[in-house]
Amino acid sequence: MELILSLAIGVMTGCGVWLILRPRTYQVIVGLSLLSYAVNLFIFGVGGVKSNMPPILAGDVLPATLADPVPQALVLTAIVIGFATTALFLVVLLASRGLTGNDHVDGREEQR
Amino acid sequence: MIQWSHHLIIAPILVPLLASALLLFLDERQRVAKAMISVISTLFLVLIAFILLKIESGPNDFGGVYLLGNWAAPFGIVLVLDGLSALMLFLAALLGIAALVFSLARWHAKGAHFHSMFQLLLAGLNGAFLTGDLFNLFVFFEVMLAASYGLMLHGSGPLRVKAGMHYIAVNLVAALFFLIGVSLIYGTAGTLNMADLAARLPQIEPDRLMLLQAGAGVLGVAFLIKAGMWPLCFWLPTAYSAASAPVAGIFAILSKLGIYVILRLTMLLFGDGPLDGFGANALLLGGMVTLIYGIIGVLASQALGRLAGYSVLVSSGTLLMVLGINDGVVSSGALLYLVSSTFTISAFFMLIELVERGQDAGANVLAVTMEAYGEGDEEGIDEAEGVTMPGTMAILGLCFAACGILLAGLPPLSGFIAKFAMLTAMLGAGAIGVPPTAAIWTLIVLVILSGVASLIAMTRVGIRTFWGSLEGTVPRVLVIELTPVMFLLALTLLLTVWAGPAMQYMDTTIRTLGNPASYIEAVQKAYRVPGYQSAPTQVGDP
Repeated sequence: MELILSLAIGVMTGCGVWLILRPRTYQVIVGLSLLSYAVNLFIFGVGGVKSNMPPILAGDVLPATLADPVPQALVLTAIVIGFATTALFLVVLLASRGLTGNDHVDGREEQR
Repeated sequence: MIQWSHHLIIAPILVPLLASALLLFLDERQRVAKAMISVISTLFLVLIAFILLKIESGPNDFGGVYLLGNWAAPFGIVLVLDGLSALMLFLAALLGIAALVFSLARWHAKGAHFHSMFQLLLAGLNGAFLTGDLFNLFVFFEVMLAASYGLMLHGSGPLRVKAGMHYIAVNLVAALFFLIGVSLIYGTAGTLNMADLAARLPQIEPDRLMLLQAGAGVLGVAFLIKAGMWPLCFWLPTAYSAASAPVAGIFAILSKLGIYVILRLTMLLFGDGPLDGFGANALLLGGMVTLIYGIIGVLASQALGRLAGYSVLVSSGTLLMVLGINDGVVSSGALLYLVSSTFTISAFFMLIELVERGQDAGANVLAVTMEAYGEGDEEGIDEAEGVTMPGTMAILGLCFAACGILLAGLPPLSGFIAKFAMLTAMLGAGAIGVPPTAAIWTLIVLVILSGVASLIAMTRVGIRTFWGSLEGTVPRVLVIELTPVMFLLALTLLLTVWAGPAMQYMDTTIRTLGNPASYIEAVQKAYRVPGYQSAPTQVGDP
C-alpha cells in the first residue's frame, strides 16, 4: 500500500517536473496539475496510510488506529485552492494564445 | 474581561474582505461608488493599523492573541499581533492608500474588478501578517496571490499577459513547495500552530528532526521565491516592471512578505534549541549573491521599470544577508531599512509611470544606447540660454532625486539612517571585542557598493530623462497622481525626523522576537471567552 502510494507520487512528480519545463503552455498546465495531484497525495500520506479507519474519536476506538483527520482537512483545502488557481491559469493561457497567436510560453517561437 | 480593542485584531482582515464582497455587487459603470467604498475601506485600515501600532508600542506586550472560534491555542487557529505584525500591517495600509489614490486617476478604469481585487490583496496580506498558524498562512498567502494574479494582468496587453503567465506559473510551483513543507512539518511535529511547534521542537527525536529540517527547508524555498533570492528571482524584475504602476506600487510589499515570514519563523523556531542557526548560512550566502545580481542588474538596466525591479532585488538581498547574520542590533536596523525601502520602491514605481508618460516607450533604451556610442552629446550647445523648466517636470525631478537619494542611502533621508544603523551595528561588534568576521566585511562592502551602483544608475537615468537633449513632451500629470508619490516620500522624511522613536520600536520588536518563550506563553495562555461552551464538553455535564 505504502509502496504503491509512494510510487504513484514519484511518477506523477517526475512527469509533472518534466512537463513544466516544456515550452508549450498546455504542457505547463498539465504538468502543474500533475504536480498538484502528487502534492495532494503526499499531504494525504503524511497522516499515515490507513484504510477503513474512522477519523472521529468515539468511545470504543483506540487512538493508535485512528486516521488522522487533519491531513484530510488540509488536502481538501489544497484541492480547492489548487483547482481555482489552475482554472485561473487556464484563462491566462487562453488570453496569451489570443494575443500572441501561438502557444509558446514566451509568446513567440525560438529562433533556430 | 475582553476589551473592545481586542476585536480590532481581526478587523484588518474583515474590513477589506467585506469591502471586496460589497464591491462585487456594484456594476462596473458605478465607478465613483466603487472608488468611494474602496477608499473608505483602506482609510479604515490605516486607522485600525495605526491604533494597533499604538497599542503594541504601549507598555504591556502580547495582549494580542485572538482565538478564532474561541478554540484554545493548538486546536483552533490563532491570530497573533506583536510588534512585527503591527508594523507590517501599518506599512501595508499606508502603501495601500497611496497606490489606491494613484489608481483613481486613470488605472482603476482600465479593467474590471480592480477595487475588489485590490481589497482582497490587502485582506490576504493582513491575514498573512497576523496569523499564527502555518496552514492558515498558506490560505492567506493564496488569497493574496490569487488577487495579485488578477492585478498583475490588470490593464492587459501582450507584455503584461506574458509576464503574468510566468508570474502565475512560478507562484503556483511556490505554492506546491509551501504545501510539501507544511505537510512534512505536520508529519514530524504533529502540529501546525507556530507557537506549539516551537514548544514541541526540543522534544522531537533526532531521526524525525532531520525530516522536519527538510520540511522547513522546502517551506523556506516557497518564501524565498516570493522574496526573490537568487536563483529564484528571475521572474521578479520582468513581472514588476510589466505590472501597471499602482499595482507595482503595492507589489513592493509582497516581496517583503516573504522576508517577514522568514524573519518570524527563524526567530521563533531556530533561535535556540536543537535547530539553532538552521539555514543561516544559506540565507547569508543567498543574500550576498542576490545583492550582487541586483547590483549588476541595476547597472545594466536601460528601462526605468527594470531599474526599479532590480532595486527590489537589492533590497531583498540586503535583508536576507542580515537575516543570515541573525544579530539583534543589526536586525533592528534592517527593519528600519525594510520600511524605508518599501516606501521608496513603491513611490519609485508610481513615479516612473508619470515620468515615462511624456516619452515614447523606447526613449530610455535609446538614450543609454546612444551614450554607449557617444552620440547625441554634441547637440544642444546652441541653446545656451536654456529653456525654462515646466513646473511639472521640476516636481517630478525633485521626487526622482529623492528616490535616488533614498535608494543610494545618502543623507538626509531615511535610506541613510537605515543603512547607517545596520553598518554601525555590524562594525560595532568589533568595538566590543569581537572583530567583524570576513562574512561581515564582505557584507559591509556589498551594502556600500549597492548604494554606489544605485546612485550611478539613478544619476544616469535622471540626466537622460530630465536634462537630456531627447525631445519629450511634458507629461500631463494630475495632482491626484503626484500626491501619493509625494506622500510616500514625505513618510520617509518623517521616518528620518522620528528616527529615534522608530529605531526604539524596531529594537523592542526584535528583542521580543528574540525571546520565543514569551510568544509561546502568550499563545498558550490566550484568553477564552467564557460562557460559550462548545458542544462536546456539555455532553458530560450532569
